[in-house]
Amino acid sequence: MLDKPATKPAADEQPQLDLYGRKIRSRLLLGTARYPSPEILRKAITASGAEILTVSLRRESANEKSGQRFWDLVKTLDCHIMPNTAGCRTVKEAVTTAQMAREVFETSWIKLEVIANDDTLQPDLIGLVEAARILNEDGFDVFPYTTEDLGIAEKLAEAGCRVIMPWGSPIGSGKGLNNVFGLQTLRSYFPDFPLIIDAGIGAPSHAAAAMELGYDAILLNTAVAKAGEPVRMAAAFAKAIKAGRTAYESGLMEPRDMASPSTPVAGTPFALK
Amino acid sequence: MKIVLNGEPIDVDARTLGELCRMQGYGGAKIATAVNGQFVPERARATTRLSKTDHVEIVAPRQGG
Repeated sequence: MLDKPATKPAADEQPQLDLYGRKIRSRLLLGTARYPSPEILRKAITASGAEILTVSLRRESANEKSGQRFWDLVKTLDCHIMPNTAGCRTVKEAVTTAQMAREVFETSWIKLEVIANDDTLQPDLIGLVEAARILNEDGFDVFPYTTEDLGIAEKLAEAGCRVIMPWGSPIGSGKGLNNVFGLQTLRSYFPDFPLIIDAGIGAPSHAAAAMELGYDAILLNTAVAKAGEPVRMAAAFAKAIKAGRTAYESGLMEPRDMASPSTPVAGTPFALK
Repeated sequence: MKIVLNGEPIDVDARTLGELCRMQGYGGAKIATAVNGQFVPERARATTRLSKTDHVEIVAPRQGG
């Protein structure tokens, strides 16, 4: 009988991610919207192992109370909260929303979105840089939702951002990584900068591919929330992201254009010498 | 006095933002406020006077991606 292999807690062995001074073990950041029920949301978060949750602020009548109930649920989960500025179309809207979020959620973290187009939810990159500068100077820890544009990433870094979050593809599209070359370039150019893929991830394989490129983490929402079974999908993403990270750290082989036999050629039977 | 609260025109008797929040039933709720696009922290609501046509936003936590 063979000895059992030693159990290795792979996730615990992976280096922690440092986001604005907070050490994060899970490289899956999870959105909290669009789940079938609060209970499924809670179970999906647990299954994902996520330590960071994104939330938002919205108008609410005094009688509605659903926001209060949601907040009561989130508080029980012992996760870091990353409020967003989703839906903001101008620098002023984004800055004001960030200031309101800082007070309500008692955090300096802000996922900064300045949206340019309703159909693609593409970020307004010019407004994004301006808002990022204002918020960084005001003491926020800014997580900017951007594209893979290298020039904009440089400007965001100059504006004080210490994390960059390029999209994989448009929010909620599930298209995965639309511009792998651009994402690789960004990773190469910012080798020591936390880079998080935010938006467009539709399948665990997309997330694993991003992690294999060397991205530090994945932020996703719809792919879990709108899955047939969100709790199981959350677990699937967690495994894919861990696998992708381990693969990146292990060093992927260089692709070749031609085949290369894996079985030794020397000693092949029936071959003429 | 007519103001716009969360995009809806309403008549209010409140003189300050703090009074408005209380009279609208937000007492004790986890909310944040802005007047005419400017953030008003909780500590300043009681001293922030409202004027007619002011646009007030009162927001609360919500699910987000």
